[in-house]
Amino acid sequence: MSRRYWIPAVGLGLLFLSAVPTLLPRYAIDLIAQGMIFAIVGMGLDILVGYLGLPSLGHAAFFGLASYGLAIPVTRLGWAPWAGAGVGLLTAAVAAALFGLLAVRCRGVYFLVSTLAFGQVLWGGAVKWTSVSGGYNGIPGIPRPSLFGWSLWEPDAFYYFVYAVFVVVAAMLVLFVLSPVGKILTGIRESESRMRVLGYRNQLYRYMAFSLSAFVTGIAGILMAYFNTFVGPDSLHWSLSAQTLLMVILGGAGTLLGPAGAGILLVVAQNLISNVTERWTMVLGLLYVATMLFAPRGVLVLLRGLLAQRRPSS
Amino acid sequence: MTALSVEQISCHYGGLKALDSVSFSVAEGARHVILGPNGAGKTTLFDVITGEKSPSSGRIMLFGRDVTGLRSDRRAWLGLARTFQITNLFWDLTVEENVLLACLAQEQSRRVFYRPAGSFPDLVAKTRSLLEEFGLGKLAKVKVRSTSYGEQRQLEIVIALATQARLILLDEPTAGLSGEATKLVTRLTGNLPATITVLLVEHDLDVAFQVSQTATVLHQGKLIAHGPIEEVRANPTVRQIYLGRR
Ligand SMILES: Nc1ncnc2c1ncn2[C@@H]1O[C@H](COP(=O)(O)OP(=O)(O)O)[C@@H](O)[C@H]1O
Ligand SMILES: [Mg+2]
Repeated sequence: MSRRYWIPAVGLGLLFLSAVPTLLPRYAIDLIAQGMIFAIVGMGLDILVGYLGLPSLGHAAFFGLASYGLAIPVTRLGWAPWAGAGVGLLTAAVAAALFGLLAVRCRGVYFLVSTLAFGQVLWGGAVKWTSVSGGYNGIPGIPRPSLFGWSLWEPDAFYYFVYAVFVVVAAMLVLFVLSPVGKILTGIRESESRMRVLGYRNQLYRYMAFSLSAFVTGIAGILMAYFNTFVGPDSLHWSLSAQTLLMVILGGAGTLLGPAGAGILLVVAQNLISNVTERWTMVLGLLYVATMLFAPRGVLVLLRGLLAQRRPSS
Repeated sequence: MTALSVEQISCHYGGLKALDSVSFSVAEGARHVILGPNGAGKTTLFDVITGEKSPSSGRIMLFGRDVTGLRSDRRAWLGLARTFQITNLFWDLTVEENVLLACLAQEQSRRVFYRPAGSFPDLVAKTRSLLEEFGLGKLAKVKVRSTSYGEQRQLEIVIALATQARLILLDEPTAGLSGEATKLVTRLTGNLPATITVLLVEHDLDVAFQVSQTATVLHQGKLIAHGPIEEVRANPTVRQIYLGRR
C-alpha cells in the first residue's frame, strides 16, 4: 500500500487505541488489551509464516511456556513478578533455541507437523505433571507487578502497559522486516537454492528468525498471564496455535500489520459473536473459507489491491 | 592460473550415470563453452561445480583450492556465481529487491536487522547502477513474476554479475529467447571484464562461437572432446553426435 494510505491509517489506529480507556466501557477496554496481546503473537508468527514461508502449528508452545515460566517461580517460590517475567521469556527463548535446531531442517508440511507435535508434547506435559503445572486446573493467582510506581492492577495502567509493549514490539518488527536481514528472509522464502549460490547461510537466518518469532510470542505469553492472573494448559494447545495461524492468514501473511489488525479484530469479533451464538469456531471457519475465496493473500493485500485499482497512476 | 579444474568427476541420479569420470580444466580469464545434446550432463556438471549436488567420486578445484566438500554458499564466497537454465528468481519480490539481495550477499550489511535496507547508500547505489546498466531501471518496482521471459533471463545474468564473482557459470542464458534478446545476452556476456572467467552452456552454436575460444563436449555423461573451439568443431566424433543432429 502506498505511504499515502498506510501512514495515516496506522496513525489513526494508534490514536484510537491510545484513547480506548477514555472512550469505551470497562469490558471493552479489557477486550482490546487482550486483542493487542494476540496482535503481538500475530506479528511474531508472521515473521515465520509470511516472511520465511514456514507455517507453524505449534506457536502456542512458546506462548504457554512463557506463561508457565512466569507463573511457577512467582506462585510456588514467591519470586517477584518482574523476575518471573524474565524466567518466562528465558524459558520460551531456550525452548526455541533447542527446538529450532530441529525445526529449521524441516520444510512445508514437515515443519507444520513437527511444530504441531512439539506443542502437543508440551500440552501433554502440562496436563500430566500436576505437581508443577497444576494439571487441567492450571496455576491461578499470578500477581501483577508495578511499573514506575503504577500498579498494573489498576485497569487503565494495565491497558497502557500492554499498549506500550505492543507499540514497541510493532515498531521494532517493522524495522526488522525492512532491514537487510528481513529482506533476506523473503529471499529464502522465494528461492533457497538461489540464496545459497549467492553465498547466504540460509540455515543460520532461518534459525535466528525462528528464535525471534518464538521470543516475540513469549512476550505475549507474559502479558496474557498477567492479564488473566492465571495460566492453564489451553495456552499450549494446538487449537490456539491454529487460531493464531488463521489470524496471520486472514490479516495477510507477510504484511506484519495485517496480522496485528486481525488479532485485535478477531478477539473483539469472537466476543461479540459469542454473545449471539456458541458456534464461534464455525464462524471462524467460514471467515477462513471466505478469505480463501475472495482474498487468498489476506484481507490487507485485498485492500491494497482495491486501493491500487482506484489510483492507476501509482 | 587455472580457475577451475574438474577431476575425474562422476555423478549419479539413482542408477543413472549423469557424469562419467569427467576431467578438464579452464584457465583464468577464459571464455569456455560446454556443448552437448540434451541430457548430456551439462546442468549436472554445473550443479557439481557450485556444490548444489555432490559427486559420487572425483574432485573440484576452484582457483587452486579443493572445494569438493564445501557447501555452495562457501563456494560463492570464493568467487563463484551462476545462472540457472530453469529461471530461478525471487518471484514475489520486485526486480529491484532481486538485485538488492544479490548485491547484499557478500556485504557486511547482510547481518543488520535494526535499520532499513534502503538506508545503506552504497547498497542502494550499487543496485541502482546495475539496474540502469542493464536497462532494467524502469522495471525496478515491478514484481518479477509480472515481467517478460526475456527480462527474467536478463535478470538471471544481472544477479550472477552482482556478487562480482571471478568465475561465472551461465546455463543456456539464451534458451527460448528471440533473436533480438539473444543478441543482447551475447553482448552482455561479451562485455564482461577480461579477468572474469566465463563457463557457458549454449545450444546456439553461433552464439558459442562468438563468445568463446575453447570448448568441452559432453555426450551421455562422458567427455568427448576438449580444446580450442575450431579443433573441437573439426573433431569427427563431435560432428557425428552433436553437429550431425542439426
Ligand atoms: N533431478 C534429476 N533426477 C533424475 N535424473 C536427472 C535429474 N536431473 C537430470 N537428470 C538426468 O541426468 C541426465 C543429465 O541431465 P542434465 O545434466 O540436465 O543434462 P543437460 O543439462 O546436458 O541437458 C539426463 O539423463 C537427465 O534426465
Ligand atoms: Mg541443462
